[in-house]
This record gives sequence, C-alpha cells and structure tokens, in this order.
Amino acid sequence: MMLEVKSLTKRFGGLVAVSDVDLDVAKGEIVSLIGPNGAGKTTLFASIAGFLKPDEGEVILNGTSITKLKPHKICKQGMVRTFQITQPFATLNTLENIMIGAYANTSNKPLAKSNAERVAEIVGMTSLLYQTADGLTVAARKRLELARALATDPQLLLLDEVMAGLNPTEIDEIVDVIKGIRDTGITIFLIEHVMKAVVNLSDRTYVLNDGKLIAHGTPNSIASDPAVIEAYLGHGAAKTMARG
Amino acid sequence: MKLPFQSTFFMALGLLVAVLAPFGISSKFQLDVLTLIFFTAYLGQSWNILGGYAGQFSFGGVMFFGTGAYTSSILLSSFGLPPIIGIFAAIFMGALLGLVVGYLSFRSGLRGSYFALITLAFAELLRVLANSVEFTGGGVGLFLSYAPGLYNLQFTSPTGFYYFSLILLVISLAIAMWLEHSRFGAQLVAIRENEDAAEALGVDTLKCKIYAIMIMGGMGGAAGTFYAQKYLYIDPPISYSIALSVEMLLVTIVGGMGTVFGPLIGSFVLHTVNEIARHFISTPGLSLIVYGFILIVIISYLPNGLIGLFRKTQKNKEDNDA
Ligand SMILES: Nc1ncnc2c1ncn2[C@@H]1O[C@H](COP(=O)(O)OP(=O)(O)O)[C@@H](O)[C@H]1O
Ligand SMILES: [Mg+2]
Repeated sequence: MMLEVKSLTKRFGGLVAVSDVDLDVAKGEIVSLIGPNGAGKTTLFASIAGFLKPDEGEVILNGTSITKLKPHKICKQGMVRTFQITQPFATLNTLENIMIGAYANTSNKPLAKSNAERVAEIVGMTSLLYQTADGLTVAARKRLELARALATDPQLLLLDEVMAGLNPTEIDEIVDVIKGIRDTGITIFLIEHVMKAVVNLSDRTYVLNDGKLIAHGTPNSIASDPAVIEAYLGHGAAKTMARG
Repeated sequence: MKLPFQSTFFMALGLLVAVLAPFGISSKFQLDVLTLIFFTAYLGQSWNILGGYAGQFSFGGVMFFGTGAYTSSILLSSFGLPPIIGIFAAIFMGALLGLVVGYLSFRSGLRGSYFALITLAFAELLRVLANSVEFTGGGVGLFLSYAPGLYNLQFTSPTGFYYFSLILLVISLAIAMWLEHSRFGAQLVAIRENEDAAEALGVDTLKCKIYAIMIMGGMGGAAGTFYAQKYLYIDPPISYSIALSVEMLLVTIVGGMGTVFGPLIGSFVLHTVNEIARHFISTPGLSLIVYGFILIVIISYLPNGLIGLFRKTQKNKEDNDA
C-alpha cells in the first residue's frame, strides 16, 4: 500500500472532526473522498499531510510511519497536498510559484526553472508563466496549486477540491490533466464535490460524514448506497448522486 | 536569472565611483556622512534578509550589533585579541545569538508582531544584562585605546573607515544578490508570501528562518566591531539602542523591502534629508518634524519603498517597448 491511514481521530476541543478513520490508497490508483460540507475531509487531509497532529491513529506512507513528521519532511518522502482555499505566493509569478515546488528536488536554479516550465505545460499554464499569482483567475489559481504540488515530483498527490468554482469546460480540462498525471505513474487521492468528475476519475471512493467513514467502494456502488443518500439529503446532492 | 548587461554596468560604475570618492571629496565631514550612509545601509540589509526577504519583522535587530561590539571589544581589552580576528568572533557570537533567538521564537511558532516584540524584549534584556555584569564594564561602558592599524581595524583618517564601511556594504549587497539567485532566497520569499504553502512544498521553514536570522546576526556582529573601533567607546545604551533597531528597519522600508538596493537607497535618502533639514532649518525640533513628515509621505504613498518608483517606471518602459 502506498498510503495507509489507521484509526485516525482528530478533535478540535469538543468537536470530533475526524473519527476513527481507516483507509488506504494503492499505487497507481485514483481514490476519491467525498462527503457533505463540514464532514471533516480537509481536516483528514491536513492530518495525513502533517499540518495537524492526529489525536489518535497512524499514517503510513510506503510502509513507514509519517504520523509525527512535519509537512516538508512528508513532501520529501513523496506525498504533497494542495489547499482547498488556494494559497499562492501572491507577489510571485506563476513560474516562480511553481519553482518553489521544483526546488524540493534540486537547488539548481536553471534545472528548477526548466522543471517548472515542463510542469506548467502539463497543467496548461504556459501562457501565464509571467503573470503575478494575485492576478490569476480562480481557475488558474487552482491549476497553480496543482502545478506547484506536481513540481515537487510526488508519488502521491492529495488534491483538495481543485474543481470547486470552475465552470464545466474548466472542469473537463482539469479532469483530463489529472488523468494525464495518473498516467505518468503518480497516485492520486482527491477530495471532490463535483460528482461527475468523481465518477469519471475514481477507481474507488470513500464517503465521510460527521467525521466518520460511512461507505466505501466503486463510485457507482456508492451512489446507490442508502447511507450515502441519507447523508446527502438536505444538501440537495442526493439527486445528483443518483444521476451520477 | 542572468544579470542584464545594463545593471551589471551600472553596478560596476557605482562601485568605481564609490572606490574613487575619497580622492574627489576633500571634506572630512562629507566622507563621514557617506561612511554612516554605508554603515546604516549595511545594517538595513541585515534586517532586510530576515524582514524583507523572509517576512519576519524584528524590532530588536540592534541586539546583534551590541553583542558583536562587546565581543570584539572585550576580547581586545581583556585578552589583547586584535579586532581583525575579533570581528570574526563578533560575527560568530551574532550568529549564535541569532540561532538562540531564532530557535526559541520560531520553534514556538511566533510570527508577526509577536516575533517583533520578542526580539525587542531580547534586546532590552541584553541591555539590562550588559548594564549589570562586570565584564562589560557595566554602566560605565568600555573604553578602547586608540592604536591605529589594520590589525586593530582603526584608521588615522576617515578614508580608512570609509573603505571599511564600503567593504561591509559590498559584502551585504553580495549576500542579497546571492539570495535573489539562490534556492535559499526563493524559499525565504516563499515563507514570506505563504508559510503553510512553503512548508507543504517541502521548504523546511523553521530551518530557513533560523538560517536567515543567523545571517542577520553575523552581519550585525561585524557592524558592532566596526562601531567600537571607530568610536572607541561602547556602553549598554549605545550597544542596545532601540533607535538603531528602528533605523535599520526604517531605511529598508523607505528604500524597499526584499530588494537588493532598497536599504542603500533608503539610507542614502534618509541621511541626506536629515542633513539638509538640519542644515536649513534652525528652529529647534522643526527639522525633526520635516524629517518625520517626509517619512510619512514615503511610507503612505510608496508601499514598495522608493525603489518602487524606479520599478514602476521601468515596468512602464518595458510595456511600451513590448
Ligand atoms: N482549525 C479548526 N479549529 C476548529 N474547528 C475546525 C478547524 N478546522 C475545521 N474545523 C471544523 O471541523 C469540521 C470539519 O471541517 P473540514 O475538515 O473543513 O470539513 P470539509 O473539508 O469536509 O468541508 C467542521 O465542523 C469545521 O468547522
Ligand atoms: Mg474542505
């Protein structure tokens, strides 16, 4: 297994944001994590990637525990996350933003630059290389998140809602980009609300509700799971799921 | 990034002018003002590395200066160690202090105004300490004897100190240029812009910030030796003066934070304004008001400092060229 999460619990004071979660991601897979807003998805990602210390449980990457490692160490071990709320280096341009990711593997500036340019091409940002990040559109910022993470040359990418706020065309484009990334051998674990993309991309899906995993399986089997429909009722997503 | 021919040319020209300046300037006073400008620019650059590039504002930058001043001065007066060696001890002690302060504050996650205040507290603590222990000479201070010679980093004419400050300045500019072109510098900027994102992308943010404050500390330490050998007297209020902490951040903010030449431009303009105001305005206190007014104007209308003016025009020019 590339990633194993064992009985992970994360509390914020009295609130149990993630409760006793077990999951795994195998090499080469695209696995998705879905669930209503506030379910604890982002908290789970942050706990896996070292940004939050789990109260209980363990995170194992390629057979070794990374539970107590800081994010930069985890990045060096091949796992990198993106942020749901994009976190660009605002005054730097696209190229410089991506180069920070590329610098994870080399201290050589020309090499970091050419790696960053190659990644920009993969995510379709070549025409925006010299645009300052704070002037980018939402869609471009989402791509930038993806590009920077990709530039660290990861084995496993954690993507937190990279499609939120995008229009259908932009979503189709980014779905293609993600498939392309998987085809280069990178494993992907993603949080997503856009059901069409979830069904289209995922080999397997986990469903989180109120911090607990309530279902797990292929995207199509998930869509007909009563517990899942129940969780989504009132969020207006039940129908979307059924149509999925 | 390769340096464009134009800027290389202007830098070489600037250096040449600076090297030849003492041959054209006969006034001791003017040479002294230039020395002070370079010295403040150097200190400003030390602040700029941590504050401008890495985005960690400190209000106690003087602590490294003071510690360096005491280090080489005590080594000289108590052990007879010549300052030309003592300056390296001062650099070492400054960097060591940077390590301690950086580790304690960054380790516990202090950022923003909390970090600024903790550095102020450290500087004040050191001032009180220097006042109360014996080996610093306490409140009486330390007098150094006048014995000109390179090994003592003392010079008979202002020209010697002018070149000493020029060397410090050139070193500080070289460090800033290295930052502009290295991974370390890029990582500091990433920390300034978004620390979480930097950490996610594999930047060891704690280590980078500690390295940055150690560089600042080492540079401040050398400045302390310079000062002690030039004025031959230090005491706790001089060595740990809040005014100097403020001056080093002020020249940098006025000139342009996170830029190679910001501190130099800021130092040049602020000292010049200061001298002119003092020269032409005789009413006591009024020159300070004028000085303060100009400061406020610069800070409120030029958020990127004076260098922002130049950059904007250059950018417009590029746009027009394109
Ligand atoms: N830093 C935090 N401190 C306190 N509560 C938090 C924090 N982060 C998230 N939460 C809470 O934890 C729950 C899960 O949030 P989150 O992981 O962002 O959900 P999701 O990503 O699934 O929408 C929410 O109730 C949220 O308010
Ligand atoms: Mg979320």
